[in-house]
Amino acid sequence: MIDLSKTIDLSTTYVGLKLRNPLVASSSPLCEDLGAIRRMEDAGAAAVVLHSLFEEQIEFEADELDRFLGDASERGPEALTHFPELTRGVTGPEEYLEHLRKCKKAVRIPIIASLNGSTRGGWIRYAKQMEQAGADALELNIYSLPMDPDVSGEQVEKNYVELVKAVRAEVRIPVCVKLGPYFSSMANMARKLDAAGADGLVLFNRFYQPDYDLEALEVVPNLVLSNSHELLLRLHWIAVLYGAIRADLALTGGVHNAADVVKAMMAGARVAMLTSALLKRGISYMDTLTTELLVWMGDHEYDSIRQMQGSMSRNAVPQPKAFERVNYIKVLSSYAR
Amino acid sequence: MPSTPASTRPMVTIDGNEAAAYVAHKINEVIAIYPITPSSPMGEWSDQWSAEQRPNIWGTVPSVIEMQSEGGASGALHGALQAGALSTTFTSAQGLLLMIPNMFKIAGELTPTVFHIAARSLAVQALSIFGDHSDVMAVRSTGFGMLSSNSIQEVMDFALIAQAASLESRIPFVHFFDGFRTSHEVAKVEQLSADDLRAMIDDDLVRKHRARALTPDRPVLRGTAQNPDVYFQARETVNPFYLATPTIVQNTMDKFAKLTGRSYHLFDYVGSPHADRVIVMMGSGAEVAHEAVEALVARGEEVGLLKVRLFRPFSIQDFVAAIPHTVRAIAVLDRTKEPGAVGEPLYCDVITALAEADRRKKVIGGRYGLSSKEFTPPMVQAVFEELRRQYPKNHFTVGIKDDVTHTSLDYDPEFSTEAPGTVRALFYGLGADGTVGANKNSVKIIGEETENYAQGYFVYDSKKSGAITTSHLRFGPQPIHSSYLITKANFVACHQFSFLERIDVLKAAEPGATFLLNSTYGPDEVWDHLPRTVQQQIIDKKLKFYVIDGYEVARQAGMGGRINTIMQTCFFAISGVLPREEAIAAIKHTIEKTYGKRGESVVRKNFAAVDAAISHLYQVPVPGKITALFDIRPPVPAAAPEFVQKVTAKIIAGEGDDLPVSALPVDGTFPTATAQWEKRNIALEIPVWDEALCIQCGKCVLVCPHSVIRAKVYDEKHLAGAPAAFKAVPARWKDMKDKRYSLQVAPEDCTGCTLCVEVCPVKSKSEVKHRALNMAAQPPLREAEVENWEFFLKIPDTDRGVLSLSQVKDVQLLQPLFEFSGACSGCGETPYVKLMTQLFGDRALIANATGCSSIYGGNLPTTPYCVNEEGRGPTWSNSLFEDNAEFGLGMRLAIDKQNEYARELVLRLSGVIGDELTRALLEADQTTEAGIFAQRERVEMLRLKLSCTATPEARELLSVADMLVKKSVWIVGGDGWAYDIGYGGLDHVLSTGRDVNLLVLDTEVYSNTGGQASKATPRAAVAKFAAGGKPAGKKDLASMAMSYGSVYVAHIAMGASDMQTVKAFLEAEAYPGPSLLIAYSHCIAHGYDLEHGLDQQKAAVNSGYWPLFRYNPELAGQGKNPFLLDSRPPTVALRDYAYNETRYTMLAKSHPEQAKALLELAQDDVEKRWKLYDYWAHMPVNGGEKK
Repeated sequence: MIDLSKTIDLSTTYVGLKLRNPLVASSSPLCEDLGAIRRMEDAGAAAVVLHSLFEEQIEFEADELDRFLGDASERGPEALTHFPELTRGVTGPEEYLEHLRKCKKAVRIPIIASLNGSTRGGWIRYAKQMEQAGADALELNIYSLPMDPDVSGEQVEKNYVELVKAVRAEVRIPVCVKLGPYFSSMANMARKLDAAGADGLVLFNRFYQPDYDLEALEVVPNLVLSNSHELLLRLHWIAVLYGAIRADLALTGGVHNAADVVKAMMAGARVAMLTSALLKRGISYMDTLTTELLVWMGDHEYDSIRQMQGSMSRNAVPQPKAFERVNYIKVLSSYAR
Repeated sequence: MPSTPASTRPMVTIDGNEAAAYVAHKINEVIAIYPITPSSPMGEWSDQWSAEQRPNIWGTVPSVIEMQSEGGASGALHGALQAGALSTTFTSAQGLLLMIPNMFKIAGELTPTVFHIAARSLAVQALSIFGDHSDVMAVRSTGFGMLSSNSIQEVMDFALIAQAASLESRIPFVHFFDGFRTSHEVAKVEQLSADDLRAMIDDDLVRKHRARALTPDRPVLRGTAQNPDVYFQARETVNPFYLATPTIVQNTMDKFAKLTGRSYHLFDYVGSPHADRVIVMMGSGAEVAHEAVEALVARGEEVGLLKVRLFRPFSIQDFVAAIPHTVRAIAVLDRTKEPGAVGEPLYCDVITALAEADRRKKVIGGRYGLSSKEFTPPMVQAVFEELRRQYPKNHFTVGIKDDVTHTSLDYDPEFSTEAPGTVRALFYGLGADGTVGANKNSVKIIGEETENYAQGYFVYDSKKSGAITTSHLRFGPQPIHSSYLITKANFVACHQFSFLERIDVLKAAEPGATFLLNSTYGPDEVWDHLPRTVQQQIIDKKLKFYVIDGYEVARQAGMGGRINTIMQTCFFAISGVLPREEAIAAIKHTIEKTYGKRGESVVRKNFAAVDAAISHLYQVPVPGKITALFDIRPPVPAAAPEFVQKVTAKIIAGEGDDLPVSALPVDGTFPTATAQWEKRNIALEIPVWDEALCIQCGKCVLVCPHSVIRAKVYDEKHLAGAPAAFKAVPARWKDMKDKRYSLQVAPEDCTGCTLCVEVCPVKSKSEVKHRALNMAAQPPLREAEVENWEFFLKIPDTDRGVLSLSQVKDVQLLQPLFEFSGACSGCGETPYVKLMTQLFGDRALIANATGCSSIYGGNLPTTPYCVNEEGRGPTWSNSLFEDNAEFGLGMRLAIDKQNEYARELVLRLSGVIGDELTRALLEADQTTEAGIFAQRERVEMLRLKLSCTATPEARELLSVADMLVKKSVWIVGGDGWAYDIGYGGLDHVLSTGRDVNLLVLDTEVYSNTGGQASKATPRAAVAKFAAGGKPAGKKDLASMAMSYGSVYVAHIAMGASDMQTVKAFLEAEAYPGPSLLIAYSHCIAHGYDLEHGLDQQKAAVNSGYWPLFRYNPELAGQGKNPFLLDSRPPTVALRDYAYNETRYTMLAKSHPEQAKALLELAQDDVEKRWKLYDYWAHMPVNGGEKK
């Protein structure tokens, strides 16, 4: 039997990091467990993006702690307080940073820290702390839904760009930006972020989409795991952006099998990130996926991942128009037929 | 006392409890404690310092243990001492009394130790948490030495002197200081260093103490039983030790003086060396007398004060030597009362001492300051004036008006000895708004950043929601002896605008003083919103008037409604105590120290608020004329009954000090149904009923902790004359379709907790956030809703006879006989108490353990327990903390005995009563309300018949006839009582088989004393004395009770199943033996918004943490499984319940690993317990099939 791993080169690079393959375990609750991170490495993950540190949550928790401790104080002459003094300060970001340090000690694969800030100071402060804690790269998870009708799209974009510039100026490690797809001009936005110093763009974030409980008449938080159909939007934009910007591209959302990985690479992604697939099938699926990838590449006589990266990007296909509006029309007309 | 000029000891600003604990923790090895006000903080400090691994002077961290009672603490302490450890404890009041048996033993065995006591009133005609010497005087015969501290500095100093003297003399000591006035006063003191402590504690004596310890390596027998032949002689063996002790104490004081420059004597005299009149006293009052004596001597009066330091052993020689020879008359002031004695203890000792020393003086004794009653320089002056008389009043009182036995001295309240250079500031805040904390920080800032002396004292009212706090702050260049409240303030701040119409906040403002008001009205509009009295005083006293919209500043800074640091900044800015920049820097420093551990963002937001405060501070131009159309509201409405008008209203208005002795009941008996007259008007928002949407389910009425939302079903005719805004709709009851239904809110009694809105199951189909109840701003609704409420009360209650008491929908129509309590807004306990009164209140006797429920149930001025239309309602009493089950059992025994006697008399008098009525009375079925009501009618007939008979037996029967009607005994208390201090009694009562109902309001901590861990505290939760998360699991009290097989037990959570709760109450009361209801009670000590209390109860049940079940022994008698598991298997993880609460998350956020490990164990507890209960629920009955 031929050992395909010896004949096919799965390695890739991503924001300057040398990776043994393009499979990156992305941000999920699994990443909160050190044992799971170890198993990800064992199962073949080339890198891990940790769960996000949410500045807003840290602040919220601190404020709530302060509020409840305050509310339970000075209630009367017998109860000046209702809680013991904190024997140690709340961990704030420290719990995350300690986890990051432990991950770095526990595995050899790169660990990418993920950050969701809510204030300019917070983004910079935590980014620096993550760098100091040993993160190999940073992923800025700019997760906010602009709902204020007085805030224009232009302002939102400007905020993104300034944020990236600010963080870029403060840390030396690579900085990636995880984006949602909802920009009026995705390509222009990508170029601006590229110019602002982003080393990588991670396309695309998936947002919580609250659902309705019709019996309780309540809005309930809901996160549906992704499926392969969601891949298409991401393939589209990676194919468009590949070669048009300096920053590396990562595909996240909808990667569930080897074919999805291959498509991501062909569109131009440096890495394919997995979350839902691991949650559904377990961490060991990473190993299966690697094998399937090797088999596919062997069957189709590909020597390396690099060989296929961008091979079906917008500029590499004979009909670039396929990625443009006409594609939409054609699909509709072919369906009509 | 001045310190040595070269002293490098730090000046610290602390309270008396911290001062005592600081020394005690440094020079002991074992600390056994139990929480009791006002000494609890000493134990809490010790526990915290040990948790922080702070060592004692020998470099080892003292071991701190919380016991189940003070009796337990003293027992553990006795054992620790016998085994050779340096050991201490802290306590007060009844707690000290529980230690008495061990104190006799410890002293009898000549064992050195120091008990630090924040001296407090004993529960007599009433409980009081405040300070006097009743408790310490009750232990003066134990053989303990007794050393009194009068000030915070002395507390620190004497804590050390007592320990050093105890080690040398082998006599144990009570070191006492006044509860609250000294234990809680914050003052600037010089902190003793570890070197000082080492210099004073002789290690040889410590080793001798150890050498006397029990050890199998040198076995001895101690604690023998002795017979008449030797006990007496053996008792006399200790005499040399007591004789030597005064000298030892004085030598220790002298050694201390050399070390620190502070010189003390067994008796310290201050005043004129040629005094003809002298006061003898001890405690914080001596500081007041000191200040007054200095002022009087400066005016040329020949007066003096003798401060008693060492009360036991009493040294006659030293006492007599300390009194100037010129003294003609002596007044001895005792802060205690011994009814029936020839005089109070210190007075008697002084008389005896002078007699034995053959010194003839006129001596009178007087009482002052009971329960922290103010003791002021005018009172001192009055005592000296009394001593001038040829025939002064003996056994006088001062500080009250005794118009019954005329013991009291009159005094001139205008006599003032306040130092002119002292800043005297008064701050009115809302309980929990942070005002007190910020003021404590201000005292620290001024005490530690300037050369000034500083003092802070804080007064709270007795409500747990909407309470008013008053902070009394003094700063000045001279040492402050003023251990009394400020009555002449040069700065007054009111942090809550609504107080202006409740109390006279400017009463104490001096002419020319500054007034700072937190106001949403700006400087140009605020004037017209002030009550007439406030405007009048601002004009008359020419006050400088400032406003700030603290809420707006707080909101902008992201601080929510927290205004404390904003108001603190304004105080510094206006008062000029410190240069502004310096003050701001100091405030920020204390913010970092106070809030730093809670998170960086908390500090940042506070900084932002401080920075923004001054720019929002405005001086108000005072118009010079009164424009107000309203004034401070009367404390009670004109319709209130006479007692409420004359007595209760005075207390509500803060004028209780002015009530004379004759106004008060002689035996502590007060009328019920008084809370209805105390309209506190504290809700910013109240629920508004959408009658079209409402399905009339009654859940809101059931959960309302304050009984402010009520429902009635009534005939249409009662709507005649209804106010225009009064709402009524057709009743949705099958059998009452033709009647009307109204749901009404009491707008001035509601606390705005929103539980009713949260529990409402109905949502509008066009806007789901709109429910059948919705919160709306109270002020615009107040007037109309008051009218509606008054109309609603006049509508007759629904006839109980047509209702099904087991249906929540019907229970809403039962009149609550517990209303408008001062419990915390959204309290988790009171809905159960209210439900009990709805179901059984007309026949309930309540024995209430000390705790939250006794405070909101029975703390003056008013009580929430009330009466129905017939005048029946719960009768209530609180005995103690530890004996409540026994107390309630005693009620049952009395009822049963009197019932038995009444039945015997009925039989004996059957000739008069008639056979039919006799039989009916004796055979009455009272298992239903209808049966009880019928029996009441029979008893009325019996009374009628007996009223014509004047025989002794008939009169006897008349006096016990009411006992022929069923009575319901409820024994109510919290988990501290049921699981800890009262468990032995509770267990015994359960074993007796008597028909009592025990309701355990389980908040899982000692809520009333500030959240100390009990055996009900769950594993992984943080509590005081479990700062690292409680390592052990919660005691399964239910299982312990079920093990008898004869006790009805139910585990209930109203928020999870109101139906099961109602059912359990009915079954418990119906069960003819003991019943135990363990009720999940959410609490502010859990740390979340109590508006989510019911959801959290659901989560507790859904996680399996709080399974719902009932154990009914009667079912076993019917061949059924007595154990009914009413909740389903866990559907969510424990963390999904626990991590909604600060008591769990604060550990998770500060010690994540520890929290994780404990939570895993706690999850395991849940699973094991569920398996066990599930097995019980399915166990075979009588060896047969599973049921």
